[in-house]
Amino acid sequence: MFRNFTQVLVAGAIAALFACTPAIAQQKLKIGFITTLSGPAGIIGKHMKDAVELALDHLHQKVGGLDTKVIFGDDQFKPDVGLQVADKMVKDDKVQFVSGIIWSNVMLAVEPSVTEQGVFMIGTNAGPHELAGSQCNPMFFTTSWQNDETPEAMGKHLQDEGVNDVYLMAPNYAAGKDMLAGFKRYYKGRIVDEVYTKMGQQDYQAEISQLRAKKPKAVFVFYPGGMGIQFVKQYVQAGLRDKIPLYSAFTVDETTIPVLKNDAVGQWETRYWSPDLKNAANEKFVSDFRKKFGYMPSYYAAQSYDGIMLIDSAVRAVKGDLANKKGMIAAMERADYASTRGHYTYNVNHFPIENFYLLRAVKDDKGEVVMRIQKTVFKDHKDAYYKECKMK
Amino acid sequence: MNLQLVLEQILNGLQLGVMLFLMAAGLTLVFGIMNLVNLAHGSLYMVGAYLATTFYRWTGSFVLGSLLALPATLIVGVIVEVVALRTLYERDHLDQVLATFGLILFFNELIAIIWGRVGLFTDLPQWLSGSLDFGGGFSYPLYRLLIVMLGFAVALLLWYVVARTRIGMLVRAGASNRMMVAALGVNIRLLYTLLFGFGAALAGLAGAMAAPIYAVQPGMGEQILIQVFVVIVIGGIGSIRGAFAGAIIVGAVDTLGRAFLKPALATLISPTAAQAAGPALASILIYLLMALILALRPEGLFPARGH
Amino acid sequence: MRSRARKLVLLAMLALLVLVPPAAALLHQLFYVDLLRRVMIFGIAAVSLDLILGYGGMVSFGHAAYLGVGAYAVTVLAYYGIHDGLLQWAVAIGGSMLVALAIGAVSIRTSGIYFIMITLAFTQMLYYLGISLDVFGGDNGMRLPERSQFFGLINLNNGTEFYYLVLTILAAVVLLVQRLVESRFGMAIRAAKSNEARSRAIGFSPYPYKLAAFVISGGICGLAGALLVNHTAYLTPDFMQWTRSGEILFMVILGGVGTTAGPVLGAFTLLVLEDVLSGWTEHWQIILGPLLVLAVLFAKRGLAGLLPGGRGG
Repeated sequence: MFRNFTQVLVAGAIAALFACTPAIAQQKLKIGFITTLSGPAGIIGKHMKDAVELALDHLHQKVGGLDTKVIFGDDQFKPDVGLQVADKMVKDDKVQFVSGIIWSNVMLAVEPSVTEQGVFMIGTNAGPHELAGSQCNPMFFTTSWQNDETPEAMGKHLQDEGVNDVYLMAPNYAAGKDMLAGFKRYYKGRIVDEVYTKMGQQDYQAEISQLRAKKPKAVFVFYPGGMGIQFVKQYVQAGLRDKIPLYSAFTVDETTIPVLKNDAVGQWETRYWSPDLKNAANEKFVSDFRKKFGYMPSYYAAQSYDGIMLIDSAVRAVKGDLANKKGMIAAMERADYASTRGHYTYNVNHFPIENFYLLRAVKDDKGEVVMRIQKTVFKDHKDAYYKECKMK
Repeated sequence: MNLQLVLEQILNGLQLGVMLFLMAAGLTLVFGIMNLVNLAHGSLYMVGAYLATTFYRWTGSFVLGSLLALPATLIVGVIVEVVALRTLYERDHLDQVLATFGLILFFNELIAIIWGRVGLFTDLPQWLSGSLDFGGGFSYPLYRLLIVMLGFAVALLLWYVVARTRIGMLVRAGASNRMMVAALGVNIRLLYTLLFGFGAALAGLAGAMAAPIYAVQPGMGEQILIQVFVVIVIGGIGSIRGAFAGAIIVGAVDTLGRAFLKPALATLISPTAAQAAGPALASILIYLLMALILALRPEGLFPARGH
Repeated sequence: MRSRARKLVLLAMLALLVLVPPAAALLHQLFYVDLLRRVMIFGIAAVSLDLILGYGGMVSFGHAAYLGVGAYAVTVLAYYGIHDGLLQWAVAIGGSMLVALAIGAVSIRTSGIYFIMITLAFTQMLYYLGISLDVFGGDNGMRLPERSQFFGLINLNNGTEFYYLVLTILAAVVLLVQRLVESRFGMAIRAAKSNEARSRAIGFSPYPYKLAAFVISGGICGLAGALLVNHTAYLTPDFMQWTRSGEILFMVILGGVGTTAGPVLGAFTLLVLEDVLSGWTEHWQIILGPLLVLAVLFAKRGLAGLLPGGRGG
């Protein structure tokens, strides 16, 4: 232990010497990017990390015109580990921006610690309602959405279509309940039943049998990641795909389509972004991403790419003066950059005001399963919590 | 609640139960006879699923792919036993827990490096993907019925091997007195290696069966591992009979709890309270069951004799 | 306790830990104060587990439960506006002891793997209870509104003051556990571990002794939970996940079972390795995994066994 410990100290001392000297000579931009890189959720982290690297390529490794170093951190899907990683980035690496974060609980743990130390937090996925409402913060921006908005769009769509007798399912945890609450905010039709399943459950046969017995007209589910793969597979195997249309949020996407393939075809999702969204920034992003990494980017990737581009616009606006935080806040509030979703604006709580679309998984002419936009559900949609936000 | 639905849920419970049994059989044998706590049993299940899927792709035949996965997982098991676990038999359970946890991390990352983190696509062949119609509007997925039958067949086979053959006799003898069997001139080391490989192959079979219905991805083994430990503890460690009973009980309790607990509660308390309490209670049902059984019978339902 | 060498090693460890904050301040590496604070908090949890595992032979695979109870006690009180640290921590310790009493009363009747599984089962129940408590954020958890207050004497928002408080508690806990195992009480639980049948034969029932040790261990771990939630300023039911219980267990095994201070070494090694390796590669688990296997194969008495004077215990 002595050896380990002295090594840490010596390494720290050397690092400190190197870190201190050039910092005075020249402004260098440091961004800490936190995501989940290990474990089953590591696939989402990979999408995000690859997107950041593509953004750096597009900016020739100079974000906002400054020499840039991006430090990646693995939160292991645990709030306290995420906090420790962020702490290291802020105190040890002295980053000016912390970005990324997939999970709401990690975000809620990390955000206060980062912003209290005068460092920007640029979320690129998690959008818990606390940060959109009561705990909103000028040093926090997100390039994604508030969690409820995506299911709200699906609720609106089914309401507009006049679909009745919907069966709702989600895992039994906070995000699951939020998702169904968001859905019900815009859907006023009859709900057959609302079922919460165990977190991380593998087998849904019992629930599918119950569902079939209730004979609903439509099913809406929220099953992210591995749970989604299992649920959709078993739903299709039960022969229900053609009988009861399956609508979902955050369940079928570019991280799960490679595993689901044909089983995904016919799935309805709502989202603020899609690979086939027509604008120059998105077309460049999608085609370069596929060229560089050989797979289809997801919204996790698009948001993370946007995160770096948002930081780029802020640093450019203050001409590289990283001490000018007010200037950077004002610049980011304008969202003056070429986003992959097209132009959008920021609400008072620093959450985007953006469009939401209805998507469907289809086979394209090459036989590949892809998500395609069917229609626009919301134009310039605002989240449900911004009025609670008293931005100082 | 109609009779058909209850019947269907009972079948679902059986199907989950035999999946758990395939995992539990290998684990309980290795545990009971070699006195080894193998947390990495779930990794062998994952390896089986990956290999079966890969062989299915190469050969184009689901059955052939699954059959090839068995000896392949057996070989992986034997390698693990020879390289890492052999030296652990005489050690504390604690050391075994730590070392096999290390193996879990290793296998999960190795799989992620070889096959990627995204998981593998698998699907059922056409001839297995339909449902069997029992008449009267009652039908059940063919593949899941097949799993139930396969599970019962494996259980029968295991019972026969353990109870009626020479190998089985050695295994039982080894469980109650290792030294004695070794003194009789049996190569106990080889017996252990083969037994471990056999347990691995059973886990591999479970993985191959699970591949088309669950997600084939790194870490899939740990999701099922705890339930399997619950099964062998309820059943009594080292007992195949116990593993089978435990698996069916856990499968049934878990399935029926998920299906009927909430509506049952709703008749007793208000629907909103049932909505909140039902899912939470269903999640902990098997743990409650285990605590209850252990409180009444501290060695499980069918404690293996000896030791 | 066997030799002077061991005492010297402990004192040297303590001295090094005392020196961390000034050294970190000097080198502008304040992060290491936070990292070591977290290490020490898990160290306290690991020492508490070692009390029942190392000396009483009770392999609890559910120690995360008390970490959770301690953390929830502090946060729930703070949520209702009670910020008095002494009260909060007393409730954390008392609550954990009560929960440990309930779990222990049932579990201690079993032994071996059955004991491991039943403690795991109870912790899983508490975990699922935690994620269904919507008032406290369900599985998302919630922010600790304010860190525990000590009449302005110690300010936990000050990283260094908090660090020294944790260090003091760690030293006190190590001392307490050491005293405990050397006392008559400790002899009783050790006797029960080495031969339960004989203990019974000479006319004493080990059950109350084991239960008492189990409850004390739970209380100490609950205190670690109170510290942990103050450290993160964020409550999450994740503190009670079974993998967390596993981590605490590994810290004890890695550091050395039945060595009192060894588990602190285990906590240090595991958490620092995680931090360093994950900085190198996203595939860090493929390195950590085999390292754990090697540690078991070659460091038979844990890391403490490698230190001078550590072979006793």
